[in-house]
Amino acid sequence: MTTAAAWAKKNLFGSPANTVLTLLGLALLWQVVPPFVGWALIHASWGAGTPESCRQAGGACWTLLAERHRLMLFGLYPYEQHWRPFLAMLLFVALLAISSQRRCWRPWLGALWAAAVVLIGVLMWGGVLGLATVETAQWGGLPLTLVIAVLAIVIAFPMSIVLALGRRSQLPAIKAVSVGYIELVRGLPLVSVLFMASVMFPLFLPEGITIDKALRALVGMTLFTAAYLAEAVRGGLQAIPKGQFEAADALGLGYWQTMRLIILPQALRLVIPPIVNQFITCFKDTSLVTIVGLYDLLAATKASLNDPAWRPFFVEGYLAAALVYFCFCFFMSRYSQWLERELAKGSR
Amino acid sequence: MTAAAPIIELRDVNKWYGEFHVLKDVTLEVAKGEKVVVCGPSGSGKSTMIRCINRLEEHQSGRIVVDGIALGDDLKAIDAVRRRVGMVFQSFNLFPHLTVLENLTLAPVKVAGIAPKDAQATAMALLERVRIPEQASKFPGQLSGGQQQRVAIARALCLKPAVMLFDEPTSALDPEMVGEVLDVMSSLAAEGMTMICVTHEMAFARAVADTMVFMDEGRVVEIAPPSQFFDSPANERTRRFLGKIIGK
Ligand SMILES: Nc1ncnc2c1ncn2[C@@H]1O[C@H](COP(=O)(O)OP(=O)(O)OP(=O)(O)O)[C@@H](O)[C@H]1O
Ligand SMILES: [Mg+2]
Repeated sequence: MTTAAAWAKKNLFGSPANTVLTLLGLALLWQVVPPFVGWALIHASWGAGTPESCRQAGGACWTLLAERHRLMLFGLYPYEQHWRPFLAMLLFVALLAISSQRRCWRPWLGALWAAAVVLIGVLMWGGVLGLATVETAQWGGLPLTLVIAVLAIVIAFPMSIVLALGRRSQLPAIKAVSVGYIELVRGLPLVSVLFMASVMFPLFLPEGITIDKALRALVGMTLFTAAYLAEAVRGGLQAIPKGQFEAADALGLGYWQTMRLIILPQALRLVIPPIVNQFITCFKDTSLVTIVGLYDLLAATKASLNDPAWRPFFVEGYLAAALVYFCFCFFMSRYSQWLERELAKGSR
Repeated sequence: MTAAAPIIELRDVNKWYGEFHVLKDVTLEVAKGEKVVVCGPSGSGKSTMIRCINRLEEHQSGRIVVDGIALGDDLKAIDAVRRRVGMVFQSFNLFPHLTVLENLTLAPVKVAGIAPKDAQATAMALLERVRIPEQASKFPGQLSGGQQQRVAIARALCLKPAVMLFDEPTSALDPEMVGEVLDVMSSLAAEGMTMICVTHEMAFARAVADTMVFMDEGRVVEIAPPSQFFDSPANERTRRFLGKIIGK
């Protein structure tokens, strides 16, 4: 207790200015916290119920989540088939958990990804093994968000490395293509890239061939993310001293060997923060696929509030969706910090 | 010096950086087992010349032949030459993300296709030779400058080169570490390695070199055995340079 008091005296009341700030802070907390606790916990209604029972309780209506969470999580996916996207989601999370372990960074991880993606596709799509076919237009909610975000990131990342290398290439044609691509895509808002992928792209295809709507959105997200990632990767490439290239040349390593074994491992390590930044942005930007008519987590949440009886409780709905987004983004952020420390072990 | 065909031959080599004429009609022959020390004022083109020998820089005219292979635009020839020539840089240029052992085994495994086990055995033997076997599993950043440069020498030796190029290998080192690197280079010389060293360590040059080369403003101004070079240099510019560097 005395140490706590000493700490408080030193850190909170050390000077008149500090004292004033501390008191102001306390006043603010007093204004905000008790009402929030009262709303979110004490007067809240939990468990099954109706909008009516919520209104009587007067606080937060977590009942909304109990009643509507399946619509929020899975969107328009056929109700009795919800176990399929649920399983797909679990698979995704397990896949991410495995991939994040350093000791699992082996060639078989690539095979595992391929297998998991196929399995998730089969689960979601169906049409085989006695599973009813579910068009992607009916996919929705968190599984759709995860599928688009994770696949966009996983495909855009290697693409961005190729683009970044291309932009630094000695060959004028390759350089021009890379620069052109990056500058063009970076110059457009994501919304318009999604629109182009979704509306204009099919116009160029021969008649009769249609590309799935979710796939088009995925292509749009991937193209967009790759352009930004490429610039982050290029930043890392530029930070590598010339001597590293010369040492590799002098040892007789070829271009791709030099890049793969010497330059990229160092360059990518340097740019983990901006790369993860872009991953997080990509994850959150999936909420924009709603403009091409897909029901991602946010759109599904909104849809679940369409019922006029539940509409007054939109705050609870959006808070829940925000919490889900936050969990994934926070995980990525913490993971990148861990990764930086892990990779810095020993070296430097 | 032997009379056999030279292992390195530069004949009337010219190089420009844009308008700037860096190498002017450079001609130099190095016999197998010969130790050549190159010196000269800063900017005289010493680095450029030895970097042309393994094609880190390309020359625009003249002939460079290494172990019978003429250097030109032929990529196969460049690879072959690089296999025969090891290079040590002023700034070490070790790969910081790899351990010392990995630095040494990388090229043998990935370029020469040697089995990792054999490459590791060779690497350990070389680390013994440069007297730091106990550092094998450390990262370059954990070593002193002198130790790093000795690792760099061992790395260049891993592909069993016929020729070693040194570009001011000691000038980035603290004075107390210069000796350990020169010792390694001396014993390499004693084992009969063909070496071209750019260095201003004149005591080392006098003890080890068969031939001294003095360069100034892109030209080879004087080529002579060390005794003659140091005691009675033929060229006025050599004399002035030696006067400055040895402080006579
Ligand atoms: N990439 C380049 N582009 C243009 N000029 C260059 C380049 N590299 C070197 N030079 C110039 O070429 C000349 C010779 O350079 P070089 O590095 O060969 O000199 P050096 O004799 O090794 O000097 P030092 O003792 O300082 O290392 C210098 O005047 C330098 O400025
Ligand atoms: Mg130099």
